Amino acid sequence: MKDIGPVADLYRTELSRFEREIAGTTPAWMQQLRQAAGTRFADLGFPTTHHEEWRHTDVTPIVKTPFLTAKRGPDIAKAELEPMASWVGAGHLLAFVNGRFSPSLSLLKRLPEGVIAGSLEDSCVVSSGLLEAHLGQQAQYDDHVFVALNTAFLKEGAFIYLPPKMVIEEPILVVFASCANGEATVSHPRVLIVAGSSSRATVIESYVGLKDDLYFTNAVTEVVLGEEAVFDHHLLQQESRAAYHIGTLAVHQGRNSTFTSHSLAIGSTFDRSEVHALLAGEGGSCTLRGVYAATGRQHVDIHTRIEHAKPSCTSRQLYRGILDKQATGVFNGRIVVRADAHKTDARQTNNNLLLSEDAVIHTAPQLEIFADDVKCTHGATVGQLDRDVLFYLRSRGIDLEDARRLMTHAFGSELIRLIAQDRIRNRFTELLSRWASPSHSESLPA
Amino acid sequence: MPDPILQISDLHVATAGKEILRGLNLTIRAGEVHAIMGPNASGKSTLAYVLAGREGYQATAGTIRYEGKDLLIMPPEARAREGLFLAFQYPIEIPGMTTLQFLKAALNTIRKHRGLEELDAIDFLALVKERAQLLDVDVDFLNRPVNAGFSGGEKKRNEILQMTFLDPKLAILDETDSGLDIDALKIVAGGVNALRRPDRAMLLITHYQRLLKFVVPDYIHILLNGRIVQSGGKELALTVEERGYGWLEGPDTRISEEKAAP
Repeated sequence: MKDIGPVADLYRTELSRFEREIAGTTPAWMQQLRQAAGTRFADLGFPTTHHEEWRHTDVTPIVKTPFLTAKRGPDIAKAELEPMASWVGAGHLLAFVNGRFSPSLSLLKRLPEGVIAGSLEDSCVVSSGLLEAHLGQQAQYDDHVFVALNTAFLKEGAFIYLPPKMVIEEPILVVFASCANGEATVSHPRVLIVAGSSSRATVIESYVGLKDDLYFTNAVTEVVLGEEAVFDHHLLQQESRAAYHIGTLAVHQGRNSTFTSHSLAIGSTFDRSEVHALLAGEGGSCTLRGVYAATGRQHVDIHTRIEHAKPSCTSRQLYRGILDKQATGVFNGRIVVRADAHKTDARQTNNNLLLSEDAVIHTAPQLEIFADDVKCTHGATVGQLDRDVLFYLRSRGIDLEDARRLMTHAFGSELIRLIAQDRIRNRFTELLSRWASPSHSESLPA
Repeated sequence: MPDPILQISDLHVATAGKEILRGLNLTIRAGEVHAIMGPNASGKSTLAYVLAGREGYQATAGTIRYEGKDLLIMPPEARAREGLFLAFQYPIEIPGMTTLQFLKAALNTIRKHRGLEELDAIDFLALVKERAQLLDVDVDFLNRPVNAGFSGGEKKRNEILQMTFLDPKLAILDETDSGLDIDALKIVAGGVNALRRPDRAMLLITHYQRLLKFVVPDYIHILLNGRIVQSGGKELALTVEERGYGWLEGPDTRISEEKAAP
């Protein structure tokens, strides 16, 4: 599908302009990467619902809207970002506005020797080798048009590096705030995290809309975990209710590494979130837990792919969806077990709560198993609020609306309560609780 | 004589298209403790559910007056706010909601209705600790999801704990003794007795007289085939223990095989 229409032309024009503007400011390898991705973007074109991977998710509104590359972020006041960032407490903060790094909004405390947490662009100077070795390696742009598009605009982003054995207790919060100011704009946030062997860290990626703007976020995050590394990842999607969000998280796990991700998706009018994890060394463990909640005409689509490439790895996927009004949801969880990945232990569960007659969920597990001696299980449920529980709550004086709200919150809380760090767990809990409150369809994410 | 809290007149109730209560009459006044005894399928739980307002239990004839008001038109939450409390025979599990969250939501709703301020976190916890001690409930267990993975005894104690929180005018205890060993029964009975007050009425629904040894009622009624066939004082329980329910069955009250099945 090469005929990708005037919008693709627009992207091409924007790309040429972008390359002209930044000519000579980035390393040669990065320019080559951008060029290769740009070419691939033009070849692939945007998917239609005839593509199996996009069957239930129609990107036409994104294709038809002439999103312009976001200008350098309007200088937003610290106070505007405060509610989205201060909850993390004593942690480190990397702030981006419209995809551009904002040193004045960031809070970079002294980090231990050897640790890097900062702007990707700044890191090009001293860590070019590290970036070159990893950027574009995990998130494959060959077969994913939105990853290709993101990579074609690659210049800025967040870069986090942990040397071997480094343990960082305080979480690192990376906030991508968008503020379109009445002009439909697109940004391509990029995050690269390289965690050395036996290192430990906690990162939160947060996507927030500051106003009820129409914009498009096309994010890519790459995580590379060395042997025995332990990494806690969190993803908060609170884009504006008019926004489009497409995000790809690509993880490469070394031997005996542990990756845990908790996600909460409550914002945007359209969300397509993908997770691709490759268990590339023996004994790795990958846990993905996500809650997605949608109402009104929101569409949320979760696509996961966990690939067991080596023996004795464990993967757990636990996703819960809450869909109200005319919202639609998609959960597509794929587990791939390669031929020599024996003793694989993979489980996948997807539970959905439909709060209205009109809400729709498409849920499909996809298992591709090429090895013997593996344990792979999957299960999906779709249900309504339990009438017995509703009655029990009402019999204690709680009215129907509150009972529904409490039960909806409880449904999501079962996953959120598994978050290890108190502050992060409390924040997720609070956001879900706010979402579940009766006025959720009118309120802006904040 | 105090005013009646509950007045049931000629109540007929059907569930799943079948008539279960067939002309029940009962009056309960403030300060009184009544017990309704009866074999399986006599309509005991149906009475509990229709009083609490569970869906699927249709009053086809008769009236229920609660403090003079028509109870049957009130939604379940309104009944609870007005002081009616049902301790469930089979307490419901609520995954994802801790007992503390549940208690706090219920307590504050009811306090708000009664014009009282919501309790803050500190006062609430202090109250929880005090009440939990009374019922020998481990405070840790209050941080677990409501009834999920609780033993039968823990579930029943949790019901009584809720009752102490919600300060009801009329407490209905549906088979609260079932599934309890003797120690748990004594604890639960102690909790119930501590709640006896001149301005509060209780209705104990039970198959056996076991509970009635520890919570001694003022009146006992025998429910058979959807009607009260005998009423008396506390000594009636002993008669039931000795003779069972068979002697009460006239041709009119005979329980069919089908209805007697559990």
